[in-house]
Formats: sequence, C-alpha cells, structure tokens
Amino acid sequence: MRRTGAEVVWEMLSREDVEVVFGIPGGAIMHTYHPRQEYGVHHVLMRHEQAAAHAADGYARISGKVGVAMATSGPGATNLVTGIATAMIDSVPMVCITGQVPTPLIGSDAFQETDITGVTLPITKHNYLVTDVAELADVIHEAFYVARTGRPGPVLIDLPKDVQQAETDFVPPTDGITLPGYRPREEGDPELVQRAAEMVNKAERPVILAGHGVLMAGAMDVLRRFVEKIQTPVSLTLLGKGGFPESHPLALGMMGMHGEAYANRAIQEADLLLAFGMRFDDRVTGTLETYAPSARKVHIDLDPAELNKIVPVDVAIEGDLCHVLSQMLPLVDSRKRTSWLKQIEGWRGETAVRDVLRRPENGRLLAPQVIHSIYEQTGGGAVLVTDVGQHQMWAAQYYPLDAPCSLVTSGGLGTMGFGLPAAIGAQVARPEREVWAIVGDGGFQMTLHELATAVQEQLPIRIAVCNNGCLGMVRQWQEFFYEERYESTQLLNPDFVKLAEAYGVPGWRVTSPDQLEGAVAEARAQTGPVLIEFRVAQDGEEGNVYPMVPSGAALHEMIRRPVEAGTTA
Amino acid sequence: MDRTLVAWVEDKPGVLNRVASLFRRRAFNIESLTVGHTEQPGVSRMTIVVDGERTDTEKVVQNLYKLVNVIRVKDVTEHPSVMRDLALIKVRASNGKRSEVMQIVDTFRARVVDLGLETLTIEVTGTEDKIDGLCEILQPFGVEEMVRTGRVAMVRGKNGKDVREGDR
Repeated sequence: MRRTGAEVVWEMLSREDVEVVFGIPGGAIMHTYHPRQEYGVHHVLMRHEQAAAHAADGYARISGKVGVAMATSGPGATNLVTGIATAMIDSVPMVCITGQVPTPLIGSDAFQETDITGVTLPITKHNYLVTDVAELADVIHEAFYVARTGRPGPVLIDLPKDVQQAETDFVPPTDGITLPGYRPREEGDPELVQRAAEMVNKAERPVILAGHGVLMAGAMDVLRRFVEKIQTPVSLTLLGKGGFPESHPLALGMMGMHGEAYANRAIQEADLLLAFGMRFDDRVTGTLETYAPSARKVHIDLDPAELNKIVPVDVAIEGDLCHVLSQMLPLVDSRKRTSWLKQIEGWRGETAVRDVLRRPENGRLLAPQVIHSIYEQTGGGAVLVTDVGQHQMWAAQYYPLDAPCSLVTSGGLGTMGFGLPAAIGAQVARPEREVWAIVGDGGFQMTLHELATAVQEQLPIRIAVCNNGCLGMVRQWQEFFYEERYESTQLLNPDFVKLAEAYGVPGWRVTSPDQLEGAVAEARAQTGPVLIEFRVAQDGEEGNVYPMVPSGAALHEMIRRPVEAGTTA
Repeated sequence: MDRTLVAWVEDKPGVLNRVASLFRRRAFNIESLTVGHTEQPGVSRMTIVVDGERTDTEKVVQNLYKLVNVIRVKDVTEHPSVMRDLALIKVRASNGKRSEVMQIVDTFRARVVDLGLETLTIEVTGTEDKIDGLCEILQPFGVEEMVRTGRVAMVRGKNGKDVREGDR
C-alpha cells in the first residue's frame, strides 16, 4: 500500500490508539496535517506550542496513555521545549512530532530551521530525526514503546518536510522492537527483597515514602495491602498524591518543604524509611546531612540511576513497584505498631491548631479557603490541575485525595504556566469529569491565551485564579529570607473578569469568604469554561504557605504558623 | 585512579553525541573516549576512561544504560585486560640527531612511519605510561606535533565472555 510520510504518521497514530493530538500547524508540518481528517484523530488547536506540550502532558497524566503534541520546525519546535522538560522530569509518557526543513537543507540555516533533536537531547528520553520515509512507521512504533515503558518520558520525532511528502510501501510494524540495550526490569532481586522484608520486620518506627512511581506502576492496591499488613504510616510526595488514600488512618499527608509538620517529624524520627517510586528530591529531604539520621533505608525504583543517587540506602531494589511489593508482601510480618502510631497522632494534633482554616473568621479571603470550598463541594472527586507556586502547595495541603488520576501538577520542574493548558489536556482525556484549574495570577498570565482553546473546544474547565497581586511564592521567600525587600514581585494585573469575557468565558470576582460557597456552586453549574477570580490575602501569616522548611535546613526545622487565640483544634 | 569502561552501543547517528551529552549534563569527568567498529555489524564499541576520584563509576554505568541505544556497559578496571593507547609523534630530527632519535624509537619498540628532511614521525602503541615516557624523552629534540587516540581496552582470554554480559 503506497502511503506518503504524512499518511504514515496518522496511520501509525491510529494504530497506537491515539485519539487526540495537541498542536499548531506551520510551514514544515502542514503537509502532515493535511490528511488528518481521513484518519479520525481529533486535533486540538492550541495558541502556543508550549501549551500544546503541557496539554499532551495533562492528557497523559489523567488518561494513562501517551500524550501527543505536534508543532512545526524552528520556533514551533523550540516552543515545545519547556513542556518537554516538564514531562521529562516528572516521567510523563509523551510523543512530540515536529516538522523539519527538507533533508537537503538541513544544516544550511534554512528558514525556520532549528536542530531540535540536538536541543532536546538532554530533556527527552529519546529522540529521532527521520531521514528515510521507509523507516517512519517503525520509528513511530518504537517511539511510543519507549515513551510508555520502563520509566516513562517524552520522545521527540523530527520529520523533515520531504520525508512527509515522500511515498513508501506502508508495512505495519510487527511487535518485535529491536532495542537490544533497552530492558526495563520488572522483578526485584529476590535476595534484596528478602533483606528488605527482614528490615521491615525488625523496624519499630517505619515510615513509607510513596512517590509518583506508585501511580505510574499502578501499585495502589498492593501498596495498600502492604501498608495495612505492616501497619506503617505512609507519607506522600507531591506527585505521589492519589497513590494512597489520604483519608486512610495510616496516611500522613504530604512530606517535604511544605509538607505536614508531623509527617516530616515522623520521617526524621523513623528507624526505617521505605522509599517507593520516589527520588529524594531536595524539596522533600531538606538538608541531607541531617535527613532521617537514625533510619535505615530501603529504596525501590524502576530506574537504577535513581538508586543511591541522592541518599545512600541500605537496600536498593531495581524493579517495577507492583512486582516488588507483591514479592515482598508474603515476606513481611503482620504486626501492630501502636506506640509509634500513637506518637505520630500526638504530633498530628499539635499541627491542627496551626491550621489557617481553624482561625476565627476575619473577613479576609484566603486561598486555602478557596481550595477547601472546592474540596467540600466536589466531595474530593474533581480532577485538580494546578499551576506552580503558593496555590499549588495549598492545593496539595487542602485537597486530600483518595483516588489516583486526580491531581495534575508540575512537580520536578515547577513550570509556571502549566495549569491551564494541562487542564485542557485533562478535560479532553476525561470529558465526563469535573476539572478544576487552580492557578495563581502570575502563572496564569504565562499561558492565559489558552482560554481561547478552551472556548473553541467547549471544555467546561473551572478556572480558579487565586489572585494575590504578586508572585506569591517568591514574595514569601523575600519576606522570610530577603529582608522583606519585595523586588519585582508586585504585579499590576488586568481585570481578569473582563479578560475572561473578552474570550467568551463567563467570569466573576469573589472578594470575601461569604461569597465563596455560592461562587464555587455557580461555577460547577456551568456547561462550558468558566473563570472565577478570587482576591486572596497577599501578606502575613494568612498569605504565606506554612509550614516551611527553609532551603538548607533540616526537614524538622520548619517555620510554623503561630497559633492564634481563638483557634480550635 | 582512573577507571576504564567499555560500552557497546548501537551504531546509529548521534550516539556519540548522546554519550558526550550525558557526561556533560551529569558533570562526569571524562579522561578519554574512543569509539569504533566491532566484530558485530551495527554495534560500535566505546572505551571510556573516567577519573575514579571525582566521578562515581557506578553512576556512570547506570546513566549510560538510560540511553536507549546503549546495549551493554562494563567496568573492566578490575579485570585483567589489554589496554592500549596509540600516538603519532612528529619530532624535529635533522641529520645530526636522527640516529639518536631512532635509537630511542627502537628502545620503546615504536616505529618510524614517515621521514622528512627536518622531522621524523613516530608511531607508538602501548599503555599511557609508556607513551608518556617516550614523549618525555623526545621533548628535548622538539616535538612539532602529537596526537593520541585515547585508551582502548579488551579483557584477556576467557573473561571476554563474562564481559559481554555487561554490568547489571
């Protein structure tokens, strides 16, 4: 069957079960766009390629499938870069297809030529420059395989215009992928699993650190059985949220820089840390010299390069979490750890009185109230997509999750501008679910043009702009660590309600706590995109995220919010 | 102490770039890196020498495996191996000095591969120490040009088969 390269692209995308592509056409990729409709793959026309990559990322995180972004050569391709880097550091399966100048012009500095395989080399799991149309089908098949297997990640395929135009005899790739060096390992070494189980059985004060890997491996059920058998508390990383139900009595909530104080304390006092599918990011460890000083450590991860990378551990097991936990489950003793759990409960109670939501009402609208109200009204069942900054941390703190595929957030890269486009991807992936984009006024303005995409696609995303009139997290650091000199963090913002209206999005403003409940309810009743601007407190104990482990401090040396008179436990 | 890694990689465009980029990105120190064909079509072989003091070899191995085109990696430092470097040295040697230089060449079991009016070009194969030694002795004559390939390594005898398994 004779096919052009462009037709091979869509034929292969259909075969890889791709239902939607996020992108923007342009000179070097329009030939590929041309036959799209004949293959029934939906295309979401974004307003900026960075947003296309974030949307593909959000789609992948919620659907569990590979997200696909498409862009033209040169600036189209370079605009993808932030989105690719975001997906890389958070291990999100993604395939990006970029147009490239015709092969005879490569290297000649032709119009809109960029060496995008060179540019993306360190921020992709793998990439390809296809120079022969006969190889295209195999390359696409391999790209999807590499993106979704092992430790997932973004893969880029650069497609010169003449390769898109050239004809070939299309042969569907067989399943045999020939990558002799690529062998993701599933089973854990039985000897190491045995040693880890013995350490669990001996431990008096164990804590489990569960990360994104739990969700990626689909290890939620086996983790829960494991946890309940050994009666060990579980703390989650930001990206691990949803991997273990936060309403469970053994759930400790999030760890790290803005984690729960009692979770951090438990980690510091533990005699055994069981790190599952997490990578000891500096945002979760505090300073390494004093990190969990009396704990022996077991680390299970699919990526051997993560083992002993940051924290030297006693037992390092390479393998798929589902497999390794299933291997370990019969080897661990069922036992109670009453005194340890009781001790942690004491710390938990001490934390509660510092909660800003338990303070007496004073008329100021606070971002945690906004998130709490959304949580209450959605019963915790929404898909929450955040941007990056203070609101992101509050979303993690005040929107506890019991189910996977419920939170989309840029963890490793901390990409401002991620929220709205990622919410577009999430809503496309799950049209039936209620998607909330929680964004700050700073990050929102980095990609707010995607309001147009949401309208064009009629996606009923509820956008909550937590507007505190500044780059809040930077401002908080300036208040704490930079002599309260608020250098370049105060924002003169547009009228977000009018702005939404200009895009055809209904919008309204909430300025006090008494309007909160009604506004959230009204947003939920909409059938298309909607925006609410929440004017939230900027400064003081109510405007900052607590607790906070200062950069370079030990995990237990947290800045705590003072207890105010009248606060109830 | 430096450590010697052997990596078998798919012979595809950009693989050397991927390896070099990895070393740069992870701040690994390379002493030398050589690449060439092997007995297997489609497979290239790299010999990578890293500074074992400043770079954790195990991390290098694990990160190399993250590259999709890397087939096997082996740290051969502890295995009895043949390790060789090759150098071409162009040394100033006019009539008066020529026989003296030739004698040195013989002593080091090197070879003269080109003879000019003013210069001799010497080819020498051996360990880095041996080549360093020759260079030092030739220095007073005036070394016009010098090029070295960097180390290539092969494990001796039967061990070769184990090496093909790779570290992992």
